[in-house]
Amino acid sequence: MTARNNILDKLRTGLAGSTPRPDDFDESLVTQPWQYTPEDRIQRLRALMEAVHTEVHQLPARDWPGMVQTLLERRALGNLLYAPGTDYGEQLAAHWQASGAAPDLIAYDRPVEEWREELFWKVDASVTSTVGAIAATGSLVLWPDRQEPRLMSLLPPLHIALLKASDIEDNLYGMMQKQQWSAGMPTNLLMVSGPSKTADIEQVLAYGAHGPKELVVLILEDL
Amino acid sequence: MNQRIPVTELTGGFRDRADQALDDSQLRSNFRTAMDSLMKKRADAFPDEDEREGLREQGNHIKARALSKLPDLLEQLEARLTENGVKVHWAETTDEANRIVHSIIESRQGSQVVKGKSMVSEEMEMNDYLAERGVECLESDMGEYIVQLDHEKPSHIIMPAIHKNRRQVSKLFHDKLGVEETDDVDRLIRIGRETLRQKFMEADVGVSGVNFAIAETGTLLLVENEGNGRMSTTAPPVHVAVTGIEKVVENLRDVVPLLSLLTRSALGQAITTYVNMISGPRKADELDGPEEVHLVLLDNGRTGAFADAQMRQTLNCIRCGACMNHCPVYTRVGGHTYGEVYPGPIGKIVTPHMVGLHQVPDHPSASSLCGACGEVCPVKIPIPELLQRLRQENVKHPDEAPAVKDGGAKYSARERAIWWFWKTLNTRPVFYRLFLWGATRFGWMTPKNVGPWTRNHSAPVPARRSLHDLAREHLDNGGQS
Amino acid sequence: MSELFYDAAPNATRVAPERPKPRHYPEKPAAVTLFGTCVMDLFFPEAGLDAIRLLEREGIRVRYPQGQSCCGQPAWTSGYVSEARDVALSQLDLLDNGLPVVVPSGSCAGMFREHYREVFAGEPENLRRVEDLAERTYELTEFLLYVCRVQWKDLGQPTRIALHTSCAARREMNTHLHARELLEQLDQVERVDHDHESECCGFGGTFSVRMPEVSGAMVQDKTRALVDSGAAEMVTADGGCLLNINGSLEKQGQAFRGRHLASFLWQRVSGEVEA
Repeated sequence: MTARNNILDKLRTGLAGSTPRPDDFDESLVTQPWQYTPEDRIQRLRALMEAVHTEVHQLPARDWPGMVQTLLERRALGNLLYAPGTDYGEQLAAHWQASGAAPDLIAYDRPVEEWREELFWKVDASVTSTVGAIAATGSLVLWPDRQEPRLMSLLPPLHIALLKASDIEDNLYGMMQKQQWSAGMPTNLLMVSGPSKTADIEQVLAYGAHGPKELVVLILEDL
Repeated sequence: MNQRIPVTELTGGFRDRADQALDDSQLRSNFRTAMDSLMKKRADAFPDEDEREGLREQGNHIKARALSKLPDLLEQLEARLTENGVKVHWAETTDEANRIVHSIIESRQGSQVVKGKSMVSEEMEMNDYLAERGVECLESDMGEYIVQLDHEKPSHIIMPAIHKNRRQVSKLFHDKLGVEETDDVDRLIRIGRETLRQKFMEADVGVSGVNFAIAETGTLLLVENEGNGRMSTTAPPVHVAVTGIEKVVENLRDVVPLLSLLTRSALGQAITTYVNMISGPRKADELDGPEEVHLVLLDNGRTGAFADAQMRQTLNCIRCGACMNHCPVYTRVGGHTYGEVYPGPIGKIVTPHMVGLHQVPDHPSASSLCGACGEVCPVKIPIPELLQRLRQENVKHPDEAPAVKDGGAKYSARERAIWWFWKTLNTRPVFYRLFLWGATRFGWMTPKNVGPWTRNHSAPVPARRSLHDLAREHLDNGGQS
Repeated sequence: MSELFYDAAPNATRVAPERPKPRHYPEKPAAVTLFGTCVMDLFFPEAGLDAIRLLEREGIRVRYPQGQSCCGQPAWTSGYVSEARDVALSQLDLLDNGLPVVVPSGSCAGMFREHYREVFAGEPENLRRVEDLAERTYELTEFLLYVCRVQWKDLGQPTRIALHTSCAARREMNTHLHARELLEQLDQVERVDHDHESECCGFGGTFSVRMPEVSGAMVQDKTRALVDSGAAEMVTADGGCLLNINGSLEKQGQAFRGRHLASFLWQRVSGEVEA
C-alpha cells in the first residue's frame, strides 16, 4: 500500500491550503443544442445511423419477427443468436415455429466457456433488445444482463437491434437522467452507434473491424 | 523474407530525428494529408463556435474540479470499484505497474494477453516487459497491431499507424503474415480481423486503457470504433485496465460534455461506434464477461506535474490528439521524431514530468509557440504557456531548484551571458542607440553565414538608418510628410 | 484573468481565463505613442515611418520615445524571465504616460496585453501599471479600424495580394480580421487566399535558430503557398514573419516578396508611388 499512500500524500501536499473547486456543471450546455420534436427525433437518429452504414427500418411492433426472418433470408444466413429468456425471445421463437423459418435459432443459454469456438466463429447473426437510443448522436443504448449477455452484440457479423420508438431520447444527458444510470450501473453498459469500423489505414473507412460488420436497427412503433 | 518496409527509422536527438523525418517525403505527405483531413473533420464537427467554446469551458471546469479534489476522488473511485468487485492497484512507477500486471497474469497461469488500445501501457512498455517473461502480448487495435508487427511505436496517440500508407501496410502483412499483397484497405482490415479474432478467443487476459474513470459510480469508460476494446474487456476471463491517476472524474454526468469534446476533437465524430462502460466483473449468474476486473492506477511523474498549480493543468488532458493534428511542427516531423510515447504538443508538456528534461531537453524548444494547440485543446490546457514555463525550468541553474524533473537540463552559462548582454542593451537607451548606430552603419559587413539563420535565409542585413533615426528626423520636422 | 494570479492559495487548481469580452474602443485621441519594435527598428524602419504617416493622416500627433527598445518577448519565450522582466520594466516605465500605444506588430502588442501579466506575476504594483498599459495598447490595424474609424479611398493601381498574419497577432489580437477589413476598403486590391493561410510561417522568434530544420521546412511551405497563390506580393503586419519570409524567399532566389502592411496601406491611400 506504499504506492497508494505515496501518491495520495503527494497529491494532498500539492493541494495543501486550497479548496476544491465548486461544481458549476451547466446542463443546458449539453441539452439545449440537442433538442428535437418527436418526428425530428426519429429522423435524426435514422439519418445519423444511416450515415455510418446502419440499416434502419421502422415498422409496427408486431411485425418485427417477420422482418428479422426476411433480413436473414435476404442475406442467406444460416443461423441467429437470440436470448431465450426474454419476452422478445419468446416472440421470436413463436414466430419461427409458426413460419417455419429456415435459419437455425441459437439460444445464448450457457456460459461462454462452454461454447467459445462456436460463438466466435459459427454465429451469423444476433438479435438483441436495447433500452433506448439517443437522437443527438445516433446511438443505441444496450444494457446486457443475465438473459442477454454482452457478447451477443459483439461477435456475430450481423447484429439486429430492436428499439422501441418511444424509448428514443434527445440526448445522452436526458437519457442518463431518465433512466437514473448513476443510481445503479450494470456490469457493462454500452452505447452503440453503428457497425464496427476503423480508419487506421490511411484514414480510409472500413467496416467490420472486430465487431459486427452490419448493424440493423428495427424501430418498433407502439400501436 | 523479413525485409523491413520502407519507413525511416529515426535516430539521434530531436533535431537529428527531425532532420531525417523532414527528408522522408513519403512520411511528410502521409502526415500532411492525414492532419489536414483531421483538422477539417474537427472543424466540421463544431459548426457552432459558441457551442464549442461553451463546451470547452465546461470541459476545462470539470477537469479542474476533479483535479482540485483528486486524492478524494481517487479514494472514492477505489471504494466504489471495490464494492463493484473490481480490484484496484496503485503504482508509482511503470516498473511497479508492470509487476502488478504480470503478477495478475501469473496468478491465472496465463501466457497470452490481448490488448485494447492503451497509451498508458505504451508508457509502461508493457509488451516488452511481458515478452521478456514469456507472455505474448498482442495489440488488437488495427493501427497498434500494424505498428507492433513492424516493431515500431505509435506515431500518433489516436491513429498509431498514420505514418504508413496502404502500400506499406500491405507489404508488412505480406512479409509477416504471408498473405498476398493488396491495395484494398477492406481486404487488409479483413486479414487483421481474422488473425486477431482467434487471439481474442484464446487470450488469458485482456488489457485496456481507460478514457474516464467515474468516481461516483465506480465505472471505467472506454471509447473506440473497432470493437477490439470491447473484445479485450469482455472475451478473456480477466480484464486488466491500466490508467493514469488523472483520468478520474467526479460524476457520471461529467462525462457527457467530455465525451462529446473527446470524440469531436479527435476524429470529428459525434460519438465513437462504441462507448463501453464497465462497472464490474461478471456477476455470478451472468453468462459472459471477465471473471476478474483489475484497475491499475499509475503515477509515473503525474504527481510531479500536479505539485505545481500551473503545470497541473497538463493533467486536464483527455488524450484526443487534436493538438498534434493542428501542430505545424508535428505535421512536418511526425510522431517518431519526439522519441517518446506521447508526441506533439501534449507530448512536449507531459513527457518531461515522466522521463525528465535530461532525456528530452529539446522538447520545450520544439515549438514556434504559434498557439494552434492551445486554441483547439478541448479542455483548454494553455499549452504554449506551459511550454514557455518548461523553457524557464529548462534553462535554470540547478541551484535555482527547478520545479520539473531534471530541470536545468539546458542550463548554459554562455547563453545566460548572451541574454544578460541583451538585457543590458535593451534597458539602457544609450547602449541601445549605440547598438543601432553601429548596426546600421556597419550592416553591410553582416557575414553571409550567421549560423542557423542563414541555413534557411539570406543574411539579415540591417537597414541603413534605424526607425529611431527616421522617426526623430520626421517628427522633428513637424511630421506630416 | 484575475483568478489566475490572485487566488488565495497559490497552489489552487486553475481554470482557463474567461473568454475575452469584445473590446471597447475610445474616441480618436489627439496623440499616441508609437512602439516601433526592435525588428522594425533595425530591418523595416520605412514601414515604421509609414505607420507614423498613416496615423498622422488621421490627424493624430505621434510620439516616438527615443528610449524604447524591445518589448522583452525574445527572452520571455526563451525562458529567461528576469532578463525579460528587466527589459519589460524599462518599457513599462517609458510608456507609463497614459497615451494610447500603437504597435505595428501583433506579437509585440500581444506581449503588452497578454504576457506582461505573466512577466510581472506576483508584483501587484507593476501589475496595476500592466493592466493600464494593456488597456491602451492597440495593434496598428486595430487602431486604424476601430479607433480612427478610417474610411479610405484607394488611389493605387489594381493588384492582388496575399495576407499573412502572425500567429500571436491572429490568436491574441485578431489582426487577421482587422487587416482583412482594412484591405476590403481598397477597391483596387484583391486579397487572394493562400494554402494553409492560418498556419505558422516557422519564425517563432528564437525557434527559427534553435530548430532551423523544422523552422526551415515551415517557411519553405509558407513561401511556396504564397508564391503559388497568384498574388503579386504578400503583406503582413508583423516584422518577425516578414524577416523570416523575405529572408527565405531571397535565399531561394525567388522574385516574390512581402512587405509590411503599413507600407502597403500608406502607398494605397497616399497615392505615393514606391521609390
